[in-house]
Amino acid sequence: MTSFRLNGHEVSVDVADDTPLLWVIRDEIGLTGTKFGCGIGMCGACTVHVGGRATRSCITPVSAIQGADITTIEGLDPAGAHPVQEAWKDLQVPQCGYCQSGQIMQAASLLKDYPAPTDEDIDAVMAGSLCRCMTYIRIRDAIKKAASATRGEPSNG
Amino acid sequence: MGKLGRMQASPDRLSRRGFLMTAVGAGVMFGFPAARAAQQFPAAGLPGDGAFEPTIWCAIAPDGAISVNIIRAEMGQHIGTALARIIADEMDADWSRVKINYVDTDPKWGLMVTGGSWSVWMTWDVFRQAGAAARVALTEAGAHLLGVRPDQCTTRDGAVVAGAKSITFGDIVSRGRPSRSFTPDEMAKLPLKPAAERRLIGNGDLKALDIPAKTDGTAIYGIDAKIEGMVYARPKMPPTRYGAKIRSVDDSAARTVKGYLRHIEIDDPSGTVQGWVVAIATSYTAAIRAADLLKVDWTPGETAHIAEKDVLDHGRAQIGRKDGGVYVFNDDGVDAAFTAAASTIEREYTCASVMHYQLEPTNALAFEKDGIFEIHAGNQWQTLILPTLAKALGRPEDRIVLRTYLLGGGFGRRLNGDYMVPAALASKALGGKPVKLILTRSDDMQFDSFRSPSVQRVRVAFDKTQAITAMDYQAAAGWPTQVMASAFMSKGVDGKPYDQFAIAGGDHWYDVGAFRVRALSNDLANRTFRPGWLRSVSPGWTSWGVESVWDEIAHLHGKDAVQFRLDHLTGKGRNAGQAPDSVGGALRQAAVVRRAAEKAGWGQPLPKDTGLGIATTSGQERGMPTWIACCALVHVDRATGIVHCRKLTIVVDAGTIVDPDGARAQTEGAALWGLSMALFEGSEIVDGLPRDRNLDTYTPLRIADVPEMDIEFVASTEKPTGLGEPGTTPIAPAIGNAIFNAVGVRMRHLPVRPSDVLRALTRHDDAEST
Repeated sequence: MTSFRLNGHEVSVDVADDTPLLWVIRDEIGLTGTKFGCGIGMCGACTVHVGGRATRSCITPVSAIQGADITTIEGLDPAGAHPVQEAWKDLQVPQCGYCQSGQIMQAASLLKDYPAPTDEDIDAVMAGSLCRCMTYIRIRDAIKKAASATRGEPSNG
Repeated sequence: MGKLGRMQASPDRLSRRGFLMTAVGAGVMFGFPAARAAQQFPAAGLPGDGAFEPTIWCAIAPDGAISVNIIRAEMGQHIGTALARIIADEMDADWSRVKINYVDTDPKWGLMVTGGSWSVWMTWDVFRQAGAAARVALTEAGAHLLGVRPDQCTTRDGAVVAGAKSITFGDIVSRGRPSRSFTPDEMAKLPLKPAAERRLIGNGDLKALDIPAKTDGTAIYGIDAKIEGMVYARPKMPPTRYGAKIRSVDDSAARTVKGYLRHIEIDDPSGTVQGWVVAIATSYTAAIRAADLLKVDWTPGETAHIAEKDVLDHGRAQIGRKDGGVYVFNDDGVDAAFTAAASTIEREYTCASVMHYQLEPTNALAFEKDGIFEIHAGNQWQTLILPTLAKALGRPEDRIVLRTYLLGGGFGRRLNGDYMVPAALASKALGGKPVKLILTRSDDMQFDSFRSPSVQRVRVAFDKTQAITAMDYQAAAGWPTQVMASAFMSKGVDGKPYDQFAIAGGDHWYDVGAFRVRALSNDLANRTFRPGWLRSVSPGWTSWGVESVWDEIAHLHGKDAVQFRLDHLTGKGRNAGQAPDSVGGALRQAAVVRRAAEKAGWGQPLPKDTGLGIATTSGQERGMPTWIACCALVHVDRATGIVHCRKLTIVVDAGTIVDPDGARAQTEGAALWGLSMALFEGSEIVDGLPRDRNLDTYTPLRIADVPEMDIEFVASTEKPTGLGEPGTTPIAPAIGNAIFNAVGVRMRHLPVRPSDVLRALTRHDDAEST
C-alpha cells in the first residue's frame, strides 16, 4: 500500500511497488489528463509535479512517492486558469493537445525557477518535452506571456 | 476528477456514452470533486429534443444552440471550428451558440476520411449549401411568425430581422416548429453569400472550440476510453510485419505477473495482423510485464532479412527496367528530345524511411454490446477500416460502430486503422468482453506503417541554347494506397492504376517541354512493411528530387535559382489551371516564389558558410494545389557538418483562408515537421523492421531547434484548398539548396546528417585542391 497526496487529496493504492506513477494516476485513480507517450521519460507527456518539481511519472515507481505531494494537470488550478493555462488559451498553443498537459506542467515548474525566462532558459528546460505537432513557437511565446502575467506586468504578447 | 463525475455534471451526454463512465469511479472513491464543468470530448454538441435539422449537417435547438455535425477527425487542426464557421457564417448564426459534434460512424455521413489536407476543401461547398438551407428555412418560418414576407427579411447574428422586428433562431424553432428539408437539387441552387459579407470565415478573432479542454486535462483521447469490466491487452510483436507463424507460446513466466489473465493467439481472417499474440491482464502495467515475459517461438516471414538498402536497390532496378510502372504523364517526344539533346543531366535522389511517432501510441477499446461490436479509438479513415473489421470479425459492417475520439496526433498514421483489428479480435476471443489494447511505444514503432524509403531519378534534356526540351521523372517507393485502399488509386495516361500519394509532386507545374512522369510500386517495400501515408505524403519527398534538380540546373547553367523558376512557371498548357480548384495555375505558384524571395532578401550578400535556398511546390495534388514557396537560411559548421536552420520564410496561397490562426498554426507545425525530416529524423529498415523503437534513437526536432519563422498567406477569395500538409513540402529542398549556396556541396539523400555533410565537404575540398 502506497499513500500520497494527489491534488490535495490523501490517496492510498494497493499496487506493486514498481508500478509507474503514470498508470496509478491514469488507471487506479482515473485521472487521464496525464498522458502516456514514450514510456522512457524522454517525451514529457507524463509530466506531473512531485513536491512541486516537474517529474516524469512514466519512469517514477509509485513506491518512490510514498508520502509525497503530487499535482497533475487536473490539480494545477481549480478553475483551469493557472497563468500558464491562460496564456496557452490566449495564444492558441495546443494542436492535437496530447503533449500539452505535460508541456503546461513543465512550464509551470519552469516559471518557479525562472520568473523571467530567456529563450535559452526555455529551450533548456522545455527540451525534454516533445510536441509532435511542433507547437514550439507558441509554447515559447506563451511561457513568456505567462511569466509577464505572473510578475504582474502588462504583456506585450 | 474521474469521468463519472464529469458525466453527471452534463446529463445530456448520458444517453450516448454514459455507460462508458461506470468503470472509472475510483476517482470518486478518493473524493475528487467535480472540479469544473466538463469539456469532455466527444458529444459536446448534441442538439437535444425539438431541434430543427434542415440538413444532416446541423441542428438548431429551441434554445438557440446550434450543433454542427463534424465527420472529420480532430487531431490538432481544430477542424470542427474551421468547418463549423463555414456553415455558421452562411446561415448568419450567433457564433457564441455554435457547438461541434464529432459523430460516430454511420453510412449517412458518406466518406469518413481525414487526410490529404482535404477537409476544408471537401466540405466548403457542402457546408455553405447546408448553411444557406438553414438560413432560407429559418427565414421562411421567421417571416411567417413576424407576419411579413420572406423577401422582407434579412438574417443577422442568429436572428431573422424585418425592419424593427426580429426573432431569434431559437424562438423560430420553438414557436414555428419549422420542418422544411431540401433535395440535393434545391440545395445546389440556393443563393450563397458573397465573400465580402462573410463575418466568420476569415475572422482572426475567433478561438478554436477544442482548445480549452486541451489545457486542463479534460480532453478525452482514444487511449482514455474506459468501460466497466474491461481488461487490458498488449501485443507480443512478431519478428516480421507479415507472414510470421506462431510455433509455440510459453506463458509460464508471464503467469508469475500479478494480474495476468491469459494470452490469445490472434487469428485474423483479414490478414491485417499476422503472428500476433496478446497478453491479457487486469491492468496495463501487468499486460506490459506479461508480454515481456511471454516466450513465443515464431517462424518469421520471408522478409526477415530485408534491409533499407535492399529496398532502395530494388527501386533503382525498377527504374532501370523498361517494363512495369505507370505513366502519370508520357508526352510525345520525350525520347526523341533526349536523342536530339545538346546536353542532358541525370540525378538520383533518395529519402530514408520516416516514422510517424504520433505521440499517442496506437490503441483501441473493443467490445460487443447488444449485438453491435463497438470500437472506441481515434481514427482518420473510418470508411476504410470498417470493411476490414467486418472481415476480421466475420460480421456485416452494419453490426460494427466506430466511436469517435480525439487523436493524440494523426499525421497519417491513423488513416490506417490496423490497430483496431487485434483489439476487436481479442475481444471476440473473450466472447465480446471489453478489451483495451494499447501498444507501448516500441510496439507502436515496430508496427508503424511508416513512410517508405524512396528513389527518384530525374533526367533533363537541353538544346544548344540550354533550354529544357524534356524531363523524365521516375520514382519508386512503397505504395500505401495500393496496399490499403486500391480502389482509391488514380489512373495513369496508360489506363493503369497508380498510387497518386506515392508520386504526386513529381507531376509539377514547371514548363519542361515533353514530360514523362513514371510511378513505380516498390513491391519489396510493400512485402516487407506496410507503407504508410505520412504527413504531406509523396510531395514531402518528391519535392526533394524536383526542387533539388531545379536548383542544380540553375547552378549548372549559371542562372539565378529564383528567376529560373519564374521563367518556367508561366501557366501555359497543362499548367494553366482550372476553376475552381486550381484557377490561375502556375502563375499563382510564381507569385508565391516572387514574394518569398522578396521577403527573405534573396540576392543579398550573406556571411561566410551561410546560404539562402529556395524551393516551391503546389502542395498535395495537382487537383487541389496549395501554392507555397520557402526560403531557408542556413549556416553550415564546416568542422562538424552540423546544419543550423536560422530562418524559414514561407508564403502560401491556399485560396480563401477560413481560419487564419489555425492556418498559421498548421503551417508552423507542417514546416517544422518538414525541417525535422530534413535534418533530424529518419529511420532505416534492419532485418525487415524499422530500426528505431523510441526517442533514445529516434530524434525529432525539439524546441531549441526551431528557427525564426516568417509565414505569410496570400489574400484570396478563391476556393480554399488545404493547409495541414503543404507547409511540409518545400522545406527539405530549401534546406538542401541553402546548404549548396552556403558551402557548395549538393546533398542528395534525406535526412541530411552531419556525417554526410562532412563527407561531402571533404570530397568537395579534395576536388577543389586537385
